[in-house]
Amino acid sequence: MKLRTGLLPQPVMTLLITFLWVVIVSRFTLGSLVMGALVGLAVPLLVRAFWVDRPVMRRPLLALGLLARVLGDIVVANIEVARLVLGPTARLRPTWLDLPLELESPYVATILCSIVSLTPGTVSVDIDMAGRRARIHALNAPDPEAAIATIKRRYEAPLKEIFRC
Amino acid sequence: MPVSPADLLVSLLLLVGSGFALVGSIGLARLPDFMTRLHGPTKATTLGVGAIVIADMVHTSVTTGRLSLQELAISLFLFITAPVSAHVLAKAALASQARRAAGRSSD
Repeated sequence: MKLRTGLLPQPVMTLLITFLWVVIVSRFTLGSLVMGALVGLAVPLLVRAFWVDRPVMRRPLLALGLLARVLGDIVVANIEVARLVLGPTARLRPTWLDLPLELESPYVATILCSIVSLTPGTVSVDIDMAGRRARIHALNAPDPEAAIATIKRRYEAPLKEIFRC
Repeated sequence: MPVSPADLLVSLLLLVGSGFALVGSIGLARLPDFMTRLHGPTKATTLGVGAIVIADMVHTSVTTGRLSLQELAISLFLFITAPVSAHVLAKAALASQARRAAGRSSD
């Protein structure tokens, strides 16, 4: 148990970094594997002071579904934003959205805000975990209530389900 | 040399990718204020670079005859860093706006 918390605070991250290292070096040799493993061991130890508690993922399959949905939304919404950018800018209705957060974990809230920023048309600006709100800027939201409801339904609800929090 | 389907796919992906990168830059130039301008470049990285990266994956995999995955790492890093940099930029803008409103100066 001491090894687990002392030397390997983030086993999944260690595996991921090792895998990424081998992929980037793009030659599967013992040397690159050892080097990757060393980096994978060192990085979690170096950043452990900044790490927030991560809730356990309960529904990995649903997470894959959410990933597919986000990728699809990025494509669709990019086309939408391209239309807005190239069209008459006077017709844009930029607004601030005040999203009430149901998520309790700062880690999951960060995932939600990253998704909001990646899907075009919205950028998350501030996460207030004490007040449980996220401030989001929308490029064109004639109906802020509907935009908030869409974010909650499409992304927050599945995240809540995936992490049970 | 005849044009192969892979060449066509790579060219198409490059055109789509550079098209979205261009739209991102046009957005940066055309949109009226800081917050709306922020939307342009943060988006170009996701789909624009995404499509170019996939084009490179297809090209390298076809020409070398083995699956090339390292490009995926590029998009992974971009997907992690793009929201963070947008977030920090927006926060900095808000902070400087607040300071200006408090009577610091400026036009």
